[in-house]
Amino acid sequence: MRLDLILRVGAKLVLPFILLFALYVQFHGDYGPGGGFQAGVISAGMVILYAIIFGVHAAKRIAPPIMVEMMVPLGVAIFTGTGVASLLMGNNFLDYTGFAHDYLHAHEWGILIVEIGVLVTVCGTMVAMFYAFVQRGRS
Amino acid sequence: MNALSWGAVEPQLPILLVVIPLLGALLTTFLRNSFMAWLVATVVAFTLPFISIHLLVSVLETGQPIVYKIGNWEAPFGIVYRVDQLSGYVLSVIAIIGAVIMPFARRSVAAEIEERARSWYYTMYLLCLAGLLGIVITGDAFNAFVFLEISSLATYVLIALGKNRRALLAAYQYLIMGTIGATLYVIGVGLLYVVTGTLNFDDLASRLSAAIIDPGQRNAVVTALGFIVVGLSLKLALFPMHMWLPNAYAYAPSFATAFLAGTATKAAIYLLVRVVFSVFGVGMTLENLPIGEVVIVLSIAAMFLASISAVFETNAKRMLAYSSVAQIGYITLGIAIANQAGMTGSLAHIANHAIMKTALFLALGAVFYRVGSVLYSDISGIGRKMPLTMAAFAVAGLGLMGTPGTAGFISKWYLAVAAIDDGMYSVVFLIVASSLISVVYIGRITEVVWFREPSKAAAKAKEAPLSMLIPLWLLVGATIYLGFDTRATVGTASEAAKMLLEGVQ
Amino acid sequence: MELLKTFAAHYNYFITIFLMISGLFIVIARGNLIKKLVGLSLFQTSVYLLYLTPAKILGGTAPIYEEGYKLYSNPLPHVLMLTAIVVGVATLSLGLALVVRIKEAYGTVEEDEIFAKDPEAE
Repeated sequence: MRLDLILRVGAKLVLPFILLFALYVQFHGDYGPGGGFQAGVISAGMVILYAIIFGVHAAKRIAPPIMVEMMVPLGVAIFTGTGVASLLMGNNFLDYTGFAHDYLHAHEWGILIVEIGVLVTVCGTMVAMFYAFVQRGRS
Repeated sequence: MNALSWGAVEPQLPILLVVIPLLGALLTTFLRNSFMAWLVATVVAFTLPFISIHLLVSVLETGQPIVYKIGNWEAPFGIVYRVDQLSGYVLSVIAIIGAVIMPFARRSVAAEIEERARSWYYTMYLLCLAGLLGIVITGDAFNAFVFLEISSLATYVLIALGKNRRALLAAYQYLIMGTIGATLYVIGVGLLYVVTGTLNFDDLASRLSAAIIDPGQRNAVVTALGFIVVGLSLKLALFPMHMWLPNAYAYAPSFATAFLAGTATKAAIYLLVRVVFSVFGVGMTLENLPIGEVVIVLSIAAMFLASISAVFETNAKRMLAYSSVAQIGYITLGIAIANQAGMTGSLAHIANHAIMKTALFLALGAVFYRVGSVLYSDISGIGRKMPLTMAAFAVAGLGLMGTPGTAGFISKWYLAVAAIDDGMYSVVFLIVASSLISVVYIGRITEVVWFREPSKAAAKAKEAPLSMLIPLWLLVGATIYLGFDTRATVGTASEAAKMLLEGVQ
Repeated sequence: MELLKTFAAHYNYFITIFLMISGLFIVIARGNLIKKLVGLSLFQTSVYLLYLTPAKILGGTAPIYEEGYKLYSNPLPHVLMLTAIVVGVATLSLGLALVVRIKEAYGTVEEDEIFAKDPEAE
């Protein structure tokens, strides 16, 4: 355990930047390649890296399994919620026109919300899968 | 904001058919309580038939398809949902089966699934339902693939949670075969996209007729057709690509078997019909590949070989699964003959078989609930202990044989008429001969359950609870009713057949 | 020479076909359940290449509106394949989860050993 000092310190330095990069990919998805899916995988990668270096129990303190499991349906709920909101505004499913006064703004908002939903679900799914496979036969 | 008035809701019905089960699935994951999950699933499952039947009726009245633009994007650019006579009909079949079996689900699932997986089980059920309805309602080739995979992934889980460890292997084998099938389908769609630059079924149809003339593109189109037909045949378990089906149905929990036997293969059959008839057009399909002949031969092989396998089976669920393969043979036979009577018979058999087979599997599910096994050795003499359940089984079995006065007779009658219309008299003989084999396997299980001394396990059993008997007898009642009043099945099926075959003449 | 030219111009498709066939071969020929899943994944991966090959325009950028760029790649197949990748990941992880459960139930992931232990499962 003592020998991996460099690994631990190095990881601690890298981890925040991974999360930052995930958020960059998420919100820059409007202007360049990126989006919720990629960002979700990157941010899940952060949790998985943390778990590999500091142990699964430590990882479960920062990302409890129940929270991770709830993130999966939550993201889908955000996605479907935008669709249902557009239905309630009298438009077709996933027609974001009603979200703002300007057509383009409305669509930008709509896609932003949907992408956040994607981020939450993808991140949750990846970490939940990791936990499920890691735990098997050990607990 | 009068978004909840009927005038505002009605145009949104096509999307609600997929969104409601999806929202229901979400709700069940948040509730994490098996009873609440069952309640949500039941409420959701019972709203869907009303929506789908309303859609079907309005399509039949106007004769025009209902087109729903998701995100309000115009047809070839965005994804559209499209309800016409065919899809409305199949949607109604799936939605009705999905609803009727829900009262059965609670006790059966409680008995066969462990507590912590139970609410997830309903989540998977609702996702599967959403996927199956999505396959049928979508007007986009790639979207159909996505729904195909949503329903399949949920199905693998539904099967894998069976108590017997063989359920795991069955689910694994189904996962391999199902994924190969879906991937072959998506390869075909990819080739079509390269040739035409579109994924919308209607748009594909209009562009393909131009592409087929170009000798450079013809090969790609014909290859795509081959990939799609083989891929979907795997999904719908056309003989000899049915190897995944018997084990999957035999070892899945009773509720899952009853649901899948009635709906899963039917959605794949729908997609095959949609692609072959609406996108390629019968003329183009038959000119370029001998698909009609091949499918007729395979269907007849299925009718005989799968039926014979059923005769020698000693596990009642596996026996019915083999019988499903044979019955799918009847459906594909009529589709391959591709005349008005054949299409009508096949489409009618989609509904009739769904009703009869679900009833049979529900009866076995009730037996499994009381006895804990469906092996012939364990359920012998069960008829005396569970007379209502096994009487329902016998009536539905009569329907499966094609006895006059039941729904099964109607569809086989139309298939025979179709064969005569096309001058294939030998096929008529084969239809009758294969029905005689089904008399043997239904007769065998009837002998086991009624005329033998009760086995040790069966002697302790008592009649199934009312929540299981009601859906069972509803379906059995429908089997008999649809044997006399055929407006709902044959009437709608012939409208759909007329629409599909319009291009042929 | 002409043949070589056709081959060079369409080498992507030959790679696609090679991946497709080798994936399918692994699924059929291997008895190890995990290797089967590897083959299945390879088979699915070939589809990504099949879709992306015609979609990529040489010299084209990502289809995001910007001054000075005229040539864009076709975004639709890329989006479709993003979806297909998700489907592939879901299938693979579900398959692996099943293999873990099978290993726990049978103690092996070799098909022939499983059937030897449970002859009726075939």
